Amino acid sequence: MNAGLAHVCGALIARDALIALRRRADVLTTFFFFVIVVSLFPLGVGPEPERLREIAPGVVWVAALLASMLALGRLFAADFADGTLEQMALAPQPLSVLVLTKVAAHWLTTGLPLVVIAPVLGLQFGLAGDALLVLVWSLLIGTPVLSLIGSVGAALTLGVRGGGALTALLVLPLYIPVLIFGAGAVGAMQAGLGVAGHLSMLGAILMLALATTPWATAAAVRIALE
Amino acid sequence: MLEANALCCTRGERSLFADLSFGLPQGIALRVRGENGSGKTSLLRILAGLAPAAGGEVRWKGALLRDLGEDYLSQIVFIGHANALKDDLSAVENLRFGLALSGIAVAEAACRAALAEDGLGRIADLPVQWLSQGQKRRTALTRLAFCSSRPLWILDEPFSALDGSAVSRLAERLQRHLGDSGMVVFTTHQEVPLGFVTQGLELQ
Repeated sequence: MNAGLAHVCGALIARDALIALRRRADVLTTFFFFVIVVSLFPLGVGPEPERLREIAPGVVWVAALLASMLALGRLFAADFADGTLEQMALAPQPLSVLVLTKVAAHWLTTGLPLVVIAPVLGLQFGLAGDALLVLVWSLLIGTPVLSLIGSVGAALTLGVRGGGALTALLVLPLYIPVLIFGAGAVGAMQAGLGVAGHLSMLGAILMLALATTPWATAAAVRIALE
Repeated sequence: MLEANALCCTRGERSLFADLSFGLPQGIALRVRGENGSGKTSLLRILAGLAPAAGGEVRWKGALLRDLGEDYLSQIVFIGHANALKDDLSAVENLRFGLALSGIAVAEAACRAALAEDGLGRIADLPVQWLSQGQKRRTALTRLAFCSSRPLWILDEPFSALDGSAVSRLAERLQRHLGDSGMVVFTTHQEVPLGFVTQGLELQ
């Protein structure tokens, strides 16, 4: 009757997806936050196509950073409050793997929708087809990093009053490399330069985050539960 | 089987208990008593390996808990104060996902049958947020029906919020588990008719 690790992780993803489906408002909040923030810039900066094209990569990326940070509050807080996190820590499986699974489920419901809608928002800024493609690629590689790094901050601030603002202070500086290479890739495409370097750097950051953050997050969760 | 030697527990600067030792053989229940704030929950969390003790050691079959790690976790069930139920999911879904998380794979039909057996058949498909406190507690405790293969049950106030018939059903379940040479560590404030002998542990 004992189930393997794959079964446990599958159940965890299915559960979180089902909860996201039942609480669509939570998922839509992040999504529309991203859409609205990006859409505010053309209104504020003015409609000159040249200038919009120039700021587009940075605007979309900064908005993605903020949106993914906004969603971090939901990553562990509810599970911590209702005792589910306690049961995760007591599961006879490595907590770091369970945490990684949870981050994956979180990315599927918060990060992936941003990647999907980004090309439409890019069009508002007059981005060309090839630049849109690079934007999607950079977000696809970069947003999982945001979720992974964010999970450490979210776990460290569990049970802390006003944890949301503290998470932002902890996490936003760590997002900087992702922002530089993510927005840089699109900028390089627009300038007619190669993008392989930027995307490879993003990929390397993703690998590094995958290899290190689950352990840090698991340790922080254990400390929060003590 | 379960052994505690000279356990100490501190919260902040305050010492909750010190030099606490006991042994729990198979087939025996340990009932932890004490006033509010005397460290009952802290003791149970130490025994489950959720929190480290400030001093002393806990052994399971002679080996230290921290050396056993996941081997120990696959032998215990811990149901704490919090029910670990998700408000948006139904009782059946909660039961199934909760068991899956503990590494126990159960079919949906079996979950439904277990809930019905515990008198929760009517509310099995309702979102848990609509249930009363007692119904939530009973849903959380239904997990135990699938945990007979895990020798050690650690239950924090399992009888709280339960009605009379639910109390006697839980007492019967615990008795059956003890009869299968299981072990139970639990706390309770209520005087409940248990139907089995317990070893008492009083925290000052």
